[in-house]
Amino acid sequence: MSVVLILILASLAVGLGFVCAFVWCVRSGQYEDTTTPSLRILTDEPPPKTGAAKKKLK
Amino acid sequence: MNTNIETFKYDNRIVRAFAIATVVWGIVGMLVGLLAAAELFFPGANLNFQFITFGRIRPLHTNAVIFAFVGNGMFMGIYYSLQRLCKARMFSDFLSWFNFWGWQLIIVGAAVTLPLGFTTSKEYAELEWPIKVALAIVWLAFAVNLFGTIVKRREKHMYVAIWFYIATAVTVTVLHVTNSMTMPAGWFKSYSMYAGVQDALVQWWYGHNAVAFFLTTPYLGLMYYFLPKAANRPVYSYRLSIIHFWALVFLYIWAGPHHLLYSALPDWAQSLGMVFSLMLIAPSWGGMLNGLLTLRGAWDKVRQDPVLKFMVAAVTAYGMATLEGPLLAVKTVNSLSHYTDWTIAHVHTGALGWNGFLTFSMLYYLIPRLYKTQLWSTKLANYHFWIAMLGMIFYVVPIYVAGITEGLMWKQFNPDGFLQYPNFLETIVHVVPMFELRAIGGTLYIAGVFLMAYNLYRTAQAGQFEPDTEAQAAALEKTAPVRGRPSFHRLLEGKPLFFTVLAVVAILVGGLVEVIPMYLIKSNVPTIASVKPYSPLEVLGRDLYIREGCLGCHSQMIRPFRSETERYGDYSKAGEYVYDHPFLWGSERKGPDLARVGGKYPDAWHFNHMDDPRSTSPGSIMPQYSWLLTQRLDRDALPARLAALRRVGVPYPADYENGPAQKDLDTQAAKIVANLKQGSINTAPDREIVALIAYLQRLGTDIKGAPVATAAQ
Repeated sequence: MSVVLILILASLAVGLGFVCAFVWCVRSGQYEDTTTPSLRILTDEPPPKTGAAKKKLK
Repeated sequence: MNTNIETFKYDNRIVRAFAIATVVWGIVGMLVGLLAAAELFFPGANLNFQFITFGRIRPLHTNAVIFAFVGNGMFMGIYYSLQRLCKARMFSDFLSWFNFWGWQLIIVGAAVTLPLGFTTSKEYAELEWPIKVALAIVWLAFAVNLFGTIVKRREKHMYVAIWFYIATAVTVTVLHVTNSMTMPAGWFKSYSMYAGVQDALVQWWYGHNAVAFFLTTPYLGLMYYFLPKAANRPVYSYRLSIIHFWALVFLYIWAGPHHLLYSALPDWAQSLGMVFSLMLIAPSWGGMLNGLLTLRGAWDKVRQDPVLKFMVAAVTAYGMATLEGPLLAVKTVNSLSHYTDWTIAHVHTGALGWNGFLTFSMLYYLIPRLYKTQLWSTKLANYHFWIAMLGMIFYVVPIYVAGITEGLMWKQFNPDGFLQYPNFLETIVHVVPMFELRAIGGTLYIAGVFLMAYNLYRTAQAGQFEPDTEAQAAALEKTAPVRGRPSFHRLLEGKPLFFTVLAVVAILVGGLVEVIPMYLIKSNVPTIASVKPYSPLEVLGRDLYIREGCLGCHSQMIRPFRSETERYGDYSKAGEYVYDHPFLWGSERKGPDLARVGGKYPDAWHFNHMDDPRSTSPGSIMPQYSWLLTQRLDRDALPARLAALRRVGVPYPADYENGPAQKDLDTQAAKIVANLKQGSINTAPDREIVALIAYLQRLGTDIKGAPVATAAQ
């Protein structure tokens, strides 16, 4: 079952990569504000001029 | 504060291109699925035409819906949302179009090669090596484009969806490369470098994670973008979405072995897969609830808006499938469900419900926006929703019934202690009506897609396509130097590309380290002394078995249950598969297990059975393979194949393929022809059927009779 080693190493490499990414996220302040990002995506485009159906709520 | 406002344009053309491809390939992939479904209750549905037999179009169907339909849908959604989330045009228009055309070419390549029988036989990784290489290149182009866009983003915070896209790009690369380690033996033939149990483990590590990182993570990212957009309200809990992402990413990759429960895989690996699968319920349900709760107070909109309707159904299906999945990964449940149609029902809850419905909702959301108009007919879209819903129910419910029925019938003993249904055929004939119902469900579902295609076409006709959407945003501020000594993480800060390069290098170094143990193939697998490599004729027969996709319906792995050992013989052992490049355990039983079929029937029986399965087994749903009786065996390929097998560790003597192998092949073929003659069948020794019979008669015979002697390590 030597192949298990390959898989564990590959999985760990991916996992470690994401651990680093997580550390980067936290340290660089990506998660200091967990409210506005979810609101911001709603305003990422100017409202369509023709007034599409989705926008009818104010 | 940076006041340097920049004006730029979002690329809508690429989104439209992927949208069209999604609809077109979706229809193609589902129609192929419908044909496959029909062949399961009407075996003559292929009109005795070899290129569309079940074994060959099953991989075509799975590849088409996964990589062509969902793949294009994923790119469509990512190319639309990523630009807007990053407030930047895609990094490179060239890479965008390279991604698009490369992907379509690969799909066409798959659509041509799979019916021709060019397949590695590894599920969802069937494409032969030249296409695999192309796939890696196109995927890398996508990854570079993704990271390039992230680097030049004008929005400091990376919205959670982007993280789901990153996980997709990175992990699929690693999975694809690891599982594609293959030794070419000609242009469209190769052998997996791993053998037997090891190959099985790599394959299902890949197979499970392909579901995780190709069908799930990108679509979760899309859900976190399109669901709040369509509902026009923020996601219920942004924090929960962040936890959802990280938990999923760290847990998913360890769950693969749950596809091999009760197989010859070591027990600890099975338990590991089971435990991680169960843990996955938490993040999955967190995500589902987060999606559904986003709509709190907006359910009136759901009643009106088909986009939201599809999304709610998709997220619900995600929740159902991700609860069912871990339960199926529990060994007790799996002992009943594995090899049955239960698995098929499970994946279709995910595919039709989660991926299909979310794709439809994105299309209904995007096309009117790209064309600056409203959806042509909301009413028609609502019809689509209900037809698709009905179709899905008509699909999955009968198949659940079929699956559980099969599992119970296979295990049923009568009061005297004998199998209640000793003939496998009885159990399949019993569920054929369910297969028929399933086809009705599939037809409804496809009918809905046609309605959608028409609706979207009329929408596009009514509107005016906007190739580029203009937007404005301030450039991202450069990180200001902070007091104190610079720490290592500061070097990485704001440099995702640099960071990614580091991660990739780390993975590659890891990969190199991993290649070395690959040459220690024998270690750990208890070698059974009597197990020998396949003879030249058997190798060619095995290649035919792979070409015809026999493993789509026949497993070669007997689990250690009394119900299985009574039916098929001694349970399978890891040491029996050490020369199996690739492994052919299969994951489905529409026919009996073949691991010990060798010697069970005379050669003439196999001949007649292949010519017309119903002549030997009345009621069988197996297709006719009459072309095997007439086509000549491609024995010119033998030297290259034996050489490739030797290169991956099968101990054929040096120079065996040049001379002695051909002689051995003739001897064995002559013997089979003589046997057939006894059954009053006359055939030439150079026909494909002879090689296939040789292979089938070999299966499981190595350890038959004699007590198993385990060689010293």
